[in-house]
Amino acid sequence: MVEAHDHICWGGGHRHNKAHCLELRGVSAGYGAGQDALADISFRAQCGQRVALIGPNGAGKSTLLNVLAGLLPPRTGQVLWNGSPLHDTPHEIAFMPQRSEVNWAFPITVRQLVEMGRYPVLGNWRSMRQHDRDIVDKSLETLNLQHLQRRQIGALSGGQQQRAFLARALAQEAHILLLDEPFTGLDMPGVESLGQLLHSLSDEGRLVIASHHDLATAPALFDRVLMLNTQLVAAGCMSELLTEENICRTFGRNHRFKP
Amino acid sequence: MNEFLQFLGEPIAQRSLWACAIIGFSNGFVSALVLLRRSSLQIGTLSCALLPGIALSVLLFGLTLMSILLGAVLAGLMVGLGSLFVSRTSRMDHDTALSVLHTTAFAIGYIILIRLGLQQKVDDWLFGNIMSMGDADLWIAYGIGAVAVLSITAFQRPLLITLFDPRAAKAMGCPTRLIHYGVFALIILVLVSSLQAVGSFLTLGLLVAPAATMYLLTDRAQLMFWGGGLIGGLGSVLAFFLSYPLGWHLGATIIVVLGAIFLLAYLFSPKYGLLHRKN
Repeated sequence: MVEAHDHICWGGGHRHNKAHCLELRGVSAGYGAGQDALADISFRAQCGQRVALIGPNGAGKSTLLNVLAGLLPPRTGQVLWNGSPLHDTPHEIAFMPQRSEVNWAFPITVRQLVEMGRYPVLGNWRSMRQHDRDIVDKSLETLNLQHLQRRQIGALSGGQQQRAFLARALAQEAHILLLDEPFTGLDMPGVESLGQLLHSLSDEGRLVIASHHDLATAPALFDRVLMLNTQLVAAGCMSELLTEENICRTFGRNHRFKP
Repeated sequence: MNEFLQFLGEPIAQRSLWACAIIGFSNGFVSALVLLRRSSLQIGTLSCALLPGIALSVLLFGLTLMSILLGAVLAGLMVGLGSLFVSRTSRMDHDTALSVLHTTAFAIGYIILIRLGLQQKVDDWLFGNIMSMGDADLWIAYGIGAVAVLSITAFQRPLLITLFDPRAAKAMGCPTRLIHYGVFALIILVLVSSLQAVGSFLTLGLLVAPAATMYLLTDRAQLMFWGGGLIGGLGSVLAFFLSYPLGWHLGATIIVVLGAIFLLAYLFSPKYGLLHRKN
């Protein structure tokens, strides 16, 4: 188990014997005293996969992301990472907010945003060492942001803004990337380049989980799917599960599927 | 002019000069928090809501600094949490609930102050009176300033991460709840210290304008704290030297000076100024 934790799947092309494994067992969750927004969800995912969370509004996509990110404790069930509770290791999870939720006028540069990713390692007080600076440099370089690192984040294009947040996730050396509707508001070239990026991140051995509302683009961007409608409709391989029947069970009879 | 120099020799003048510098600095330092949380209007209503708490506390425990502080904190919590409660348990949004509660609270406070026979003091509550600050008040202002600078400096990293992206901060393991309460507590503390200086109406200016000015000048969040502190402190000292010869009310002059500095930044900031913005 120890060996699985020491290495970072960085650099691409890594093969290792024990794939890192995320497992949900019977997870239910909800807000306040309200009804369950998620009921009895169980599934497994491995690092190297790109999982799309698909379902109508109110199906529990954001709730599931919140549970995975440790923002909402589940009412029942367990979230396990390599067999132990995921939230014992918060540095393993990187969370990317929806673009509309971010205060883009915040006085912070791209580099400072990426440096935030070192928080789980540095804690409240320790200062950045050369090793940390190297990792920040490498994250900026990987996402082709070096020339923009002194820019204020609001002065970036939509695609660059997404890359800046991904760079923070890389600097965090997180295994699991949780993205809330990352493709919303991007134009077609932006969608394609972010899609390629997620591809290369999963090739490096990261587990990418993203909520996604566009059924038409999902098969090209993700290899796994998790179809939700408060309950789990289907989970597994995208090409096998994205069928007319499953889509009807997820979205209701009237949904029109444009392949 | 001679008369002014003579006045500067008096202990009361020196005390109020120090009070201007310290209160201006600590409010300016904390103002970055108000700005980065984007909650200036809420803080504005909060400062008015402190009045009944202080009045009630004076009614119950007499006019001491502790009673003022206690009353202010209680009123702040009651209106702050009360409005949250009302908005959660009715169809009212938070701003509406806050508006109704704080004006009601303010009116109650005014009635209590009049009933207490403090009407000649009412002006001081509303617009401040630095000249009336005693040595003990000055020490408390020092203390509040020190707490603000030390705690913000010590917790700067998790503070900025939480203010910028609270959900990711919590996912990364930042003590976000502690930080939210801490920020609220700090804001109440500096509000109380500035209440004596500029009063409950004008305190919002002292607690927003310095950081708003820095916001137009820098893209570095860290600079907003120290820069805001400097602007708040120097602006208040400048106001002190202007107010006596001009015969202007000191608290109001502080706010006017800070407003003027903000206007200058708005027009001439090298990066975000109206007159310098290219493209």
